[in-house]
Amino acid sequence: MLRFITRRLLELIPVLFIIATITFFMTRLAPGGPFDKEKNTTPEIRKAIEAYYGLDKPLFEQYLSVIKGYLKGDLGPDYKYPNRSVQELILGAFPVSLELGCLALAIALAIGLTAGMLAAIRQNSLLDYSAMSLAMIGICLPTFVMGPLLALVFGIHWHWFNVSGWDFARDRVLPAMTLGFYYAAYIARLTRGGMLEILSQDFIRTARAKGASTAQILFKHALRGGIAPVISFLGPAAAGIITGSFVVETIFDVPGLGRFFITSAFNRDYTLVLGTVLFYATLIVLFNLAVDIAQVWLNPKLKLE
Amino acid sequence: MLFHGNGAEPQDVDPQIVTGVPEDHIITALFEGLVSEDPHDLHPVPGVAERWDVSSDARIYTFHLRQNAQWSNGARVTARDFVRSYQRMLMPSLAAEYAYMLYVATNAEAFNKGQITDFSKVGFKALDESTLQVELSSPASYFLSLLNHYSWFPVPVSVIERCGPINQRGNRWTRPENFVGNGPFVLAHWRINDVLVVKKSPTYWDAGQVRLREIRFYPIESFEGQERAFRAGQLHVTYEAPLSKIDSYKQQHPELIHIDPYLGTYIYRLNVTKPPLNDKRVRRALAMALDRVAIATKVRRAGEVPAYCFTPPNTAGYTCTARLPVDVEAARKLLAEAGYPDGRGFPRLTLMYNTVESHRTIAEAVQQMWKQNLNIDIELENQEWKVYIDNQRTLNYQIGRFAWIADYVDPKSFIEMFITGGGNNQTGWSNKEYDLLLAEADRAPTNEMRYELYQKAETLLLEEAPIIPVYHYTHPYLLSPSVVGWYPTLIDHHPYKYVWLNPQPEIGNH
Repeated sequence: MLRFITRRLLELIPVLFIIATITFFMTRLAPGGPFDKEKNTTPEIRKAIEAYYGLDKPLFEQYLSVIKGYLKGDLGPDYKYPNRSVQELILGAFPVSLELGCLALAIALAIGLTAGMLAAIRQNSLLDYSAMSLAMIGICLPTFVMGPLLALVFGIHWHWFNVSGWDFARDRVLPAMTLGFYYAAYIARLTRGGMLEILSQDFIRTARAKGASTAQILFKHALRGGIAPVISFLGPAAAGIITGSFVVETIFDVPGLGRFFITSAFNRDYTLVLGTVLFYATLIVLFNLAVDIAQVWLNPKLKLE
Repeated sequence: MLFHGNGAEPQDVDPQIVTGVPEDHIITALFEGLVSEDPHDLHPVPGVAERWDVSSDARIYTFHLRQNAQWSNGARVTARDFVRSYQRMLMPSLAAEYAYMLYVATNAEAFNKGQITDFSKVGFKALDESTLQVELSSPASYFLSLLNHYSWFPVPVSVIERCGPINQRGNRWTRPENFVGNGPFVLAHWRINDVLVVKKSPTYWDAGQVRLREIRFYPIESFEGQERAFRAGQLHVTYEAPLSKIDSYKQQHPELIHIDPYLGTYIYRLNVTKPPLNDKRVRRALAMALDRVAIATKVRRAGEVPAYCFTPPNTAGYTCTARLPVDVEAARKLLAEAGYPDGRGFPRLTLMYNTVESHRTIAEAVQQMWKQNLNIDIELENQEWKVYIDNQRTLNYQIGRFAWIADYVDPKSFIEMFITGGGNNQTGWSNKEYDLLLAEADRAPTNEMRYELYQKAETLLLEEAPIIPVYHYTHPYLLSPSVVGWYPTLIDHHPYKYVWLNPQPEIGNH
């Protein structure tokens, strides 16, 4: 087990290195730079800014100094917000995204697992059809429709919640619901599928024949295998959720990490692009590792190696 | 407490580093220059300087600073503070993007470009604690208006020194815990992408005038999001109203929607270095075949003014008399003279714009008008913002949209753009006579004489037509009726020391 984890963590190093290299050169190849603005300054001043950030040096030299910085734990200054460093931006915004993501994930799991299991037990019943139709709508309704809709109803019409900001505990509700509903829909469908497959297997029939109750069958025998597809889905999805959603954060004005992913690319904010990409990549690798471990725990037929 | 929707997250609040409008709003609350702005029409009124004298040749300004002007740490704002601020602004290593705003002062440009290193040769002198002398390289009669641009605001250099090297970017003096300013408000709290809070400064010399206790600037980027927050009672004022909502507000809540004139012009740049746009007859034909009334009233609909010249009418008393009229007959004739009768043989030009819905609708209208009026086909191409800017800068385009918003209330802010080699010219157009007229205008001792030269210059610009003016901007936004002292101004400045809230229950859930 420990060997497995160590090996996987060591594998992370070349993966991150390759991602860093590709990201670095891709951002530099994109036309335009961080200091291109609608109002152009004089060429001399422009040169001075580029010199300040070392952007006038040969590309490979810049690359080496970026890698050196990372090895020393220095992610560099941000170009868009000159008095902030990249690690400061990421570490400042991540807790917000993490909080929002965990709430959304809780909502998604609570709704998704329940709906999926109910639908699986009562396959082809009215309950199944309505739960799955709702899930279909949830998947099809993008967050940029769901978000303003919830804001309109609960914020503007009923005045229950603020429609933007992140100041009070109640400000978490609408963004978490918007993000949570979307994933709940996926999880419901995956759960239903996984459960149906398990429920049709021989050992379940045996359990039934021996007189086990529905609850026993569901929670003791079927659940472990039935949610395997959900677990595989959750690895990368959780990494995505807790690093923030650009759309939800923009709609509700949440100061999370998701906005930096998108805006840094638009701004050609090279250092922040690299920082967020590597941060995200690390999380994905770690979550996939966690998923692999969970899968083995859920299914003894699998082995770590 | 004023809740202010402020567009994008401010890059910084160091007046010598930033360049944007959201930053501008915050900085005018935090700092005050030598002069200040009248809340109604923004004409210069005494600020840190209580009075000033101008030499007879209009080249030397002597400012007498008030004794009671203070920084928020209690220190006096002295003439030396201004000199040191300007020195920092012009240090080549700081690479302040707006350093060129100071180039009117003697030798400021040379110092900024590193041609001289002795700052005592630059035209800023502290004669004593409270007397500042500024020597201009030529009598610039717009100088006092220019002083209201934040690049001229003082910064607390001794405080900046304590937080790091003054001549480098990334100094942390603008963090709330380090911040020192001299404006009506001080920085109290700043959380990125969330809120920036400024509180009334007790040390401000005119604190008696300031009635707001606090302003909260919310960086809500989407106009729709701001509109929702406004409707939910979370904002008193939005940065801008979404175009799609303007009509319904006009009908249902005309008391909430405000459409102020705005000192900016939407234009198409024409790349004059490549045929057929190197022929001014073609350029004029394109301009004259464009029905700008239809674009302003049918495509835009936020009260924009059709533009027949570049500088918006009545900019600091200047209204261009020349016109680039709409005249389809004459346009056809010009095109025929240029060798394309009825559009025959006209090469397929490409009109470029950055990927924004509103630019696309205008471009489509333009495409149709040229087809209808001149029988020529053009292609539309949208590009991602940075790609677009890059292509404009390197003249890798034929026709491109552009918007120019003035930095200060003076026609110079517009006309100067098309000087040969100007950073924002980007059309390849260069005209010796135009450059000479502008240079002469800089030396003109009075505004009347200067404006006369601008008239000539702008006439020439329209005659040559390296650009097609489309419309003059307006600024549509939502404003709560409880906000008092907020007047329509040309560059969206609303000096906060005159703003207050009608005593009525505070809005929102805060």
